[in-house]
Amino acid sequence: MASLIGFYSLIFGLCVSFLIIFFSIKNFKNSHIFDKKIISFTFLQFFFVIVSFLGLILSFVHSDFSNQTVFNHSHTTKPLFYKISGTWGNHEGSLLLWLLVLTLFIFLFLLKSKNQSKKYRILTLLFQQIIIIGFFIFVIKTSNPFNYIFPVPKEGLGLNPILQDPALAIHPPILYLGYVGTSIIFSSTLAATSLNYISKEWAKHIKQWILISWIFLTLGILLGSIWAYYELGWGGFWFWDPVENVSLMPWLALTSLLHCILVLEKRLVLTSWVVVLSISTFTLSMCGTFLVRSGILNSVHTFANDPERGLFILIFLFCLVFLSLFIFFFFHKTQNKDSNSFFWLSKETSILINNWFMIYFLSVVLIGTTYPIFLEVISSEKISVGPPFYNKLIIPFLIPFLLAMAIGPKLNWIKSDLKKKFYLILFLIISLLLSVIIIKSLNINFLVNTILVTSAFYLFFITLRDFFIKGFKNLSQNLTHFGFSLLILSILFNNIFSTEIITNLKIGETFKTDKYKIIFENIEQKDEQNFKAIIGKFNIENSDGKTEILKPELRIYNQPTIVTSEADIKTNFLVDKFITMNLVQNQDYFNIRYQIKPFMLWIWFSVLLISFGGLISLFKKKYEV
Amino acid sequence: MKFKIYPALLTIFFIIIFFVFYKGLQNSNIYTPSADLKKNIPSFKAKIFLTNEKISSEQIFHSDKFYLVNIWASWCVPCRDEHIFLMNLSTQKNIKIIGINYKDNNEKAKIYLNELNNPYDKILFDENGTLAIEWGAYGVPESFLIHKNKIIKKIIGPLNEDLLLEIKKLAE
Repeated sequence: MASLIGFYSLIFGLCVSFLIIFFSIKNFKNSHIFDKKIISFTFLQFFFVIVSFLGLILSFVHSDFSNQTVFNHSHTTKPLFYKISGTWGNHEGSLLLWLLVLTLFIFLFLLKSKNQSKKYRILTLLFQQIIIIGFFIFVIKTSNPFNYIFPVPKEGLGLNPILQDPALAIHPPILYLGYVGTSIIFSSTLAATSLNYISKEWAKHIKQWILISWIFLTLGILLGSIWAYYELGWGGFWFWDPVENVSLMPWLALTSLLHCILVLEKRLVLTSWVVVLSISTFTLSMCGTFLVRSGILNSVHTFANDPERGLFILIFLFCLVFLSLFIFFFFHKTQNKDSNSFFWLSKETSILINNWFMIYFLSVVLIGTTYPIFLEVISSEKISVGPPFYNKLIIPFLIPFLLAMAIGPKLNWIKSDLKKKFYLILFLIISLLLSVIIIKSLNINFLVNTILVTSAFYLFFITLRDFFIKGFKNLSQNLTHFGFSLLILSILFNNIFSTEIITNLKIGETFKTDKYKIIFENIEQKDEQNFKAIIGKFNIENSDGKTEILKPELRIYNQPTIVTSEADIKTNFLVDKFITMNLVQNQDYFNIRYQIKPFMLWIWFSVLLISFGGLISLFKKKYEV
Repeated sequence: MKFKIYPALLTIFFIIIFFVFYKGLQNSNIYTPSADLKKNIPSFKAKIFLTNEKISSEQIFHSDKFYLVNIWASWCVPCRDEHIFLMNLSTQKNIKIIGINYKDNNEKAKIYLNELNNPYDKILFDENGTLAIEWGAYGVPESFLIHKNKIIKKIIGPLNEDLLLEIKKLAE
C-alpha cells in the first residue's frame, strides 16, 4: 500500500513539473509580479516527493517484501534504525533522496529570493525543473524504488553489514544536501548569465547557497571518512577510492567558487570564472553520480551495475554540459578587461593563486579517477590509480598553497605592501625552527617533511595570532583557515608517528616489542539479533606498567552471510589505539593488526572547525573577508 | 574569431569525452582479484636479501623444477614453528625454497637465520610488503608451491607435518 502511494506520488510530482513550467513561462512573458501560484506548485512537488520517500521508508519499516527494493536491501531481523537508514542505503532510495533535495532546495530558493528580480527567479526555477524532470524520469524509468514482486517473498536479502553503522546512516542525507545542493547554484548561475544579472548583490545572494552546500558537503565527507576509519578496518580514513574522489571534486570546485564569489562581491571581477566554477561544481556532482552509479568504475560503494542507468545519466549529463556551454558562450558578457588585471600583491591575486592550486588539485583527482576509463577504452588495459599517484602529485603543491593561505588574508584589496608585515617573516622562522626540532630526531625524509610541517605550522601560528589580535573580526575565514592548518598538521603527524604491527597469534600467545606487549587472552562468542560475534580480548601492556583491554570482533552476519571484522578503537585526546583481528583459514591463528595512530581525534575536530567557520559566515550580516 | 573557436573546441572536447564514457560503459568491469589455484605466478622484480641485487621472477623460476615460495619474517612467531619443516624440505633435491622476507629488519632477519639455519635457496627482500600483495598473500607465514610457473598449492599459515607430506607427494 505504502509502495503504491509512493509510486503514484512520484508520477504526480513529475506532472507538477510540467504545470510549473507552463505557469512559469506564462508568468515570465506576461506579468511583472511573481506569480504566487508557482511557489505553491513547487511546494506541492516537494510534498509529493516527501510522500513518496515516506512511502519507501514505511515499506522498509514494515519489511514489505512485495517491494523489490525492500526485498533486495532489508531483512526482518534488522534493527529498526537500520531499516530506516536502509531506505537511502541503496541505489533506488538514494535517487529518491536526490529528488527530495532537488525539490527542497528550489522551494527554499523561491522563498528566500523575494528581493531578486522576477525573471531571474523564474529562470532559475526553469533550469532547476530541467534537472528535476531528468531525475524524475531517471527514477521512474530505470530505478523505480517501488517495483512489485509476486509471489511475495517471505524474507528479504538483507543490507550489507558494512553499511549498518550509525555514521553511515546519516552520511548520505548530509552529503546529499551539499552534493545535490550545488544544483541550485548551477541553475541560478545559468539564469543570471542568461539575463546578464550578475552583480555584487547577486554575488551576496548566491554566496548563502554556496555556503550551505559547502558546509553540508564538508560534513558529509567527514562522516564518510569517519565511517571508513571505524568500519573498513584498515586504519585509514581516506583511500582515494573513486567514490571519495567524486565527493572531493565538487568540494574543491565549491571551495574555489566560495573564494571567487567573495572577490566578485567586493569588486565585480572574475565573473566568467565564477560562472565556469558554478557550472563545473554541479557538473562534477553529476559526473560523480554517473561514475559511481553506472558501475563504470570499481569501488567500495558497489551499486548494481546497469548499463541502461549509466547511459541515461551520461546523456543527461552531457545535455546539461552542452546547455551550459551554449548559455555561457552566447549570453555571457565579459566585463571590460581592465578590472580583471590585478596588482601582484593584493588579496585578489592571492585568492586567484589559491584558486589555481585548487584547480590543480581538482585536475589531479579528476585525472586519477577517470584515467583508468580512458586507458581501458583506448588500449583495453586495466589499471587502478592508487594513493601514491595522488600523494606524489598533491603533497608538494600543498606547501605553496599553505603559505598563500597564510599570507593572502593579510593583504589588502586592490593594492597592498609589505610594511608592518615583519611578523610574517618572524613566524616563518619560528615555524621552521619548530619543525626542524620535531623532524630532526626522526628517521624520515628530512627536507620534504620539514618544509611541509613548516608551512602547516606557519598557517597555524598566523591564524592563531589573528584570534588574539582581531578577535571576532573575520572570525569565519580565520577559523576555517585555522581548521585547515590543524587538519594538515594532524594528518602529517598522524602519518609520521603512526606505528603498526601485523602478526599471527594463537589464543594465549603474547607478542612483544620494546614498548609494549600484546597478550591475546581469550575469545568469546555472542549472539546478537542479526549477527554472531566472536570477540577477542587483548591486553596491551605498556612498558610503564599501564594496561589496556581491547576487544576487536569478528561478526558473522546472517542476512546476507558476510563476515566482517570490527575494529576496536581506544580513542583519547592524543592517540588512537586500533586493533583488528581476522581469521586465518583452517588454522587456529588469528591475524592481528595493531596500530597506534596519533591525532586521529584532531583530524575529525579540525574538519568540524572548518565547517563551523562556514556556518558563522552564513549567519553574519556584514561583509568580511 | 576567438568567439567561435573556443565553443567549437570545447564542444568537440566534450563530445570525445562522451564517446569515451559511452564505450567505457559497455566494457564489463566486474573483475575480482581471485586467489585461484593454478594461477600464473606474478611477474616481479625484487631485491635479494642482504646483497640488494635486483632479480626478476624469470631469473628465479624455471619451469622444470618445483619451488616453494615462503613468506616469512623474524617477528612472526608461527614462522619459527614451521622453520623445522622448511629445513626438512630443503634437503629435498627437487624442491627449491624461495623465501620472501616480509616487512622485516635486515639485522633481525640475519640473527633469525643464524639461530635457526637457512633453508632458503634464495631470499627476496620485501621491505614494504608490496611483493606479498602481488602474490595475493593474506599474512605471514604463507607458502606457495609452484610448478611450471603456476601456483599449484597455496598454504595460508604455518606448515605442519601433514602439509609437508602433501608437498613432498605433489613434487614427486
